[in-house]
Amino acid sequence: MLLIPCPHCGNRPELEFRYAGEAHIARPADPSTTSDQEWAEYLYFRSNPKGLHIERWRHVSGCARFFNCVRDTVSDKILKTYPAGQPKPDLAELVKEAGQ
Amino acid sequence: MRFSFLNLAKQALSAHRHWPEQWRFPEPKAAYDAIIIGAGGHGLGTAYYLAKEHGLRNIAVLEKGWLGGGNTGRNTTIIRSNYLWEESQGLYEHSVKLWENLSSELNYNVMYSPRGVMMLAHTVHDIQVFKRHVHANRLQGIDNEWLTPEEAKEFCPILNISPNMRYPILGAALQRRGGTARHDAVAWGYARAASAMGVDIIQNCEVKGIRRDPSGAVTGVETTKGFIGTKKIGVVAAGHTSVVMGMADVRMPLESYPLQALVSEPIKPIMPCVVMSNTIHAYMSQSDKGELVIGAGTDAYTSYSQTGGLHITTHTLDAICELFPNVRRLRMLRNWGGIVDVTPDRSPILSKTPVKGLYVNCGWGTGGFKATPGSANVFAHTIAKDEPHPINAAFTIDRFKTGRLIDEAAAAAVAH
Repeated sequence: MLLIPCPHCGNRPELEFRYAGEAHIARPADPSTTSDQEWAEYLYFRSNPKGLHIERWRHVSGCARFFNCVRDTVSDKILKTYPAGQPKPDLAELVKEAGQ
Repeated sequence: MRFSFLNLAKQALSAHRHWPEQWRFPEPKAAYDAIIIGAGGHGLGTAYYLAKEHGLRNIAVLEKGWLGGGNTGRNTTIIRSNYLWEESQGLYEHSVKLWENLSSELNYNVMYSPRGVMMLAHTVHDIQVFKRHVHANRLQGIDNEWLTPEEAKEFCPILNISPNMRYPILGAALQRRGGTARHDAVAWGYARAASAMGVDIIQNCEVKGIRRDPSGAVTGVETTKGFIGTKKIGVVAAGHTSVVMGMADVRMPLESYPLQALVSEPIKPIMPCVVMSNTIHAYMSQSDKGELVIGAGTDAYTSYSQTGGLHITTHTLDAICELFPNVRRLRMLRNWGGIVDVTPDRSPILSKTPVKGLYVNCGWGTGGFKATPGSANVFAHTIAKDEPHPINAAFTIDRFKTGRLIDEAAAAAVAH
């Protein structure tokens, strides 16, 4: 079970959270001009990396807020969590920090 | 050497010390007519059917570990074809029909045992969904029948049908031709038969890159054993499909999740069939060794860790103890995880790709084992003819763009 640091509530067990998929996927701004391929990319295609993955979690049994999380999908180690709405962190920088 | 009574007797005379190796261990050639990435059941089967039915003998199967060491060696070996949509029924039923003769075709005992697969209904919604499946299957000539709780208990006597359960059993859908097979034997049987026809199975050979010419067509693969040329690549890499396809800059509608299974200590036969419950997340059968083979749901998050959270297996064991109270005091012997590649509609992708010469067989999610022979058979056709077999024509990558999804979330059985 993961120990997840909610940016609002601190460390809590995974059971308090709901996973919500890859983060930073923006809904197409103008649906009427969006092609089928662009819709498919938005809805279904995912990066699914073996390595660092930026994902959304929701602290359903706590503050109930969505936040973003950088996790290594090989070790399941969480490198950083940050409130929704903040920009993507620099992954290379995170790896350097984690290495120290 | 064929396995036969005569050969068995001959080998017995020399105390079984002179059986030949079941497959060759070749070094890679400079180039092949086709390369399959991934030596699991589906990949080895693809090579077998390419050699047998399409005359492509100059081919190789590349495997980064050992053959059958991925999800083929990690699953709970359930075989069934009780899916909802015609496309899926065609594909899975094709597979069940191949299972029926696979041992004699491969001259290798894959221990296919059509002992019956029973799926339990615990809610009114379950009853409606399963009855819909029963009717849909029977319209296609696929056996599936509805049982009352009493009939279900008659079929599987250790089942608890007490109305005092937290989620009482209200009925069950039974596919009698469903069952199990020996997972390792499937990989070994296909490997042996393919190797005998000249297919090179190259283990400990990880693919590091896919090389393409200026027109975009594939020209070969970079591996840990050097560059190998080819004009056709079939990717059958299960949980690592996104990683391999990324080498050719193809994004996939896939997410990889850990899926866990576990086995109990071996006991005398108590369970004559396979029982599955979608609603309370458990399924179980008994192997020929006597171990109870138990499958859990997927973890909540994507991962390549080949482990999984212990709370997932605990949750499954809660359900198992409720369904089968007499196994409560059994000890669990081993548990493990595999990485399964899940598509948004829970149906596989068996398809050509935007890259010329690149084919992909993936997205089997939590239930690929049952489809091994059928998937391999139609995928070999797709690679050899450069066009899909009618059976897998609907399982394209394009369906996520056109919206012609094949939604099997209810039939997939495992909680995602």
